Amino acid sequence: MSAGNSRRDLAADRPSNTGGRRHYVALVGPPNAGKTTLFNRLTGLRQKVGNFPGVTVEYHIGKARATGGREVFLIDLPGIYSLQPRSEDEEVTRDVLIGKKPDLGQPDAVVLILDATNLHRQLLLAAPILDLGLPTLVVLNMADDLAARGGSVDPAALAAQLGSPVALISAATGAGVEKVLQFLEGSIARPLAAAKRVELPILQDLPGCRRWAGQIGRQSGYTAPAPPLWTRRLDTVFLHPFLGPFTFLAVVVAVFQTIFSGAKPLMDGVENVIAISGNWIGAALPDGLVRGFLIDGIWAGVGSVLIFLPQILLLFLFIGVLEDSGYLARAALIADRTMSLVGLQGKAFIPLLSAYACAIPAIMATRTIENKRDRLATILIAPFMTCSARLPVYLLIIAAFIPDRPLLGPLLNTQTAAMLGLYLLGFLAAIATAQLLRSTVLRRQQTVFVLELPPYRMPNIRSLGLRLYDRAVVFLKRAGTVILLVSACLWVLAHMPYENGQPAKLEQSYAGQIGHFVEPAIRPLGFNWKIGVGLITSLAAREVIIGTLGTIYGIENADKDNVSLQQALRQDLSPAAAAALLVFFAFAMQCFSTVAVVRRETGSWFWPSVQFIYMTSFAYVSAWGTYLFLNR
Amino acid sequence: MQLTFNKRADAPAGSPLNSGNSLADLRCGQAAVIELLNVPEDLGRRLMELGFFPGSEVVAAGCAPGGDPRVYRVDGSEIALRKETASLLKIQAGSIRTENPAKSPSSRP
Repeated sequence: MSAGNSRRDLAADRPSNTGGRRHYVALVGPPNAGKTTLFNRLTGLRQKVGNFPGVTVEYHIGKARATGGREVFLIDLPGIYSLQPRSEDEEVTRDVLIGKKPDLGQPDAVVLILDATNLHRQLLLAAPILDLGLPTLVVLNMADDLAARGGSVDPAALAAQLGSPVALISAATGAGVEKVLQFLEGSIARPLAAAKRVELPILQDLPGCRRWAGQIGRQSGYTAPAPPLWTRRLDTVFLHPFLGPFTFLAVVVAVFQTIFSGAKPLMDGVENVIAISGNWIGAALPDGLVRGFLIDGIWAGVGSVLIFLPQILLLFLFIGVLEDSGYLARAALIADRTMSLVGLQGKAFIPLLSAYACAIPAIMATRTIENKRDRLATILIAPFMTCSARLPVYLLIIAAFIPDRPLLGPLLNTQTAAMLGLYLLGFLAAIATAQLLRSTVLRRQQTVFVLELPPYRMPNIRSLGLRLYDRAVVFLKRAGTVILLVSACLWVLAHMPYENGQPAKLEQSYAGQIGHFVEPAIRPLGFNWKIGVGLITSLAAREVIIGTLGTIYGIENADKDNVSLQQALRQDLSPAAAAALLVFFAFAMQCFSTVAVVRRETGSWFWPSVQFIYMTSFAYVSAWGTYLFLNR
Repeated sequence: MQLTFNKRADAPAGSPLNSGNSLADLRCGQAAVIELLNVPEDLGRRLMELGFFPGSEVVAAGCAPGGDPRVYRVDGSEIALRKETASLLKIQAGSIRTENPAKSPSSRP
């Protein structure tokens, strides 16, 4: 063992988790090398998402069961091309690897995962990783693909060249994964076997590194595989001048069709489950304040949001399949030219498509955009896209105010047309805002768009399932915290102050008083104080307005059934005011979670404040204009 | 062979860096050898990490519908670049050759 490793040996002698230092193995690799597939295979459901304090980069931490049955912590770091910190992802990965993250400490060992079908270029990352001097396992992934395309490599010869063990595996099929588990077993053995020192190229000299990689590859008998024929065949269709855009449109339409029509039965199912379980809970509780609070306050409020879970999961399933299969990179390529017209780039297409489900994952997805200004512009316009939280609001108001008449025969009726119009409105506002940003604060001369097109691959069911599970947990946490809190607060505000043992009438309650207080500000838009209460609660999340209006009108007409919400709205709101309300919802940034995620992703309160003020004024002025125009 | 990074966003017209053929001049199915990367340093590093080195052979493999961005095949992978970026990657004079069309079924004129 060389002297350079004595510090690590000392650390290794301490038992796990003492001194705030946890033993763990870091998983690193370039994008598309199959890092996450391997991580999922090793850890399964024993993983969670972590966040480094102060930066936006997420990591997954999980436990793998090593060969001996002992558990090893694994951290899946963001995909990187080099350790030269250029993007935030690369900076975090480098900081973790050199032990600059105080809460983590330096990893005990590194698993470097490379795509075996493109070894020469991938070995460029091996030089800086091996230079760290940590015990490293070099995993050559996609062994099945390499063999199928007639390529080959001698892992033992490569191990001799690199001075580190090499495992040829296929993370997708699981072949060879036991070698990784053996390495993990060794990583918790004490003392650790350190990496052998080998002659490495000067890291600053990239052409030199590439020559070194080529030489190492040759000396380990690497035969590059034949080009991926299927990928080229598929690309002749997907990037064809006519078929390409056609397929692109078909994919986008299929995504929308699925999240609107396909999700309907599932959403009805969830709605029924919530209603039935609400009745059960109601039957089990004595009549009174507690029951009212639990059923009408919390259960109805949280339930109105849980209904969207199937829709959001379906959208993520779609995006997951498109991303893992490699099509999403082609979609970004096709979209780039159109996006460049409004000063955005192709990579913004993926976040903006996700924003139709929910702005929060969309804003997190902008991390793939390296250029800071492009990324900021995409973050700022994403909440204009019609997210699924607006959908129930639109559905309610359209059903209440727009009579269902055929417009284009059986193809299009008035209600669908109104819905499409609202989607278009959000989209146009996004485009106009992008243009505005480009000609003002985010002006620049040149957009750089560099995108690797990975070969098409079969999506891995396991990884897709884990990703959906991840998203469901995030969504349920939100429903269980923010929305639960708002529902509870609203119910309390709507029933207080208590006088003579009786809850206050709504109009005299705190909620009613707040509504009356804001009424002068919203009267120009044609809204009364009840809508005012709804607008305030919907600042937390848009869909909350439905629960609020339900509560408000429910309290007023407690004897009537739920269907009367539409009738109650018709009595209380003029058609012009209803249109103004729709326009307001199309543009306003009524979502605490989005504000919070923009703060996290931009690193300060500046941009979320600008965005909130801009979107809300935009919404107010547009709604006002709509009301005036229709009331001429 | 030299590696040149241009510190400014664009060189003045008529400068030697703006003359000569670039990857943007390749038609689909044509291959050429890179002479130099006339780009800012951080973009240059990213391009090299993806395989665009002075001396690398690059094949114009295809393009998005509409002709921009272009797809280049280099060092075993396919990378899409906008025309404006590709025009900064200068190619060696006389290094253009036409790939055997049978080898690249996705290339189109």
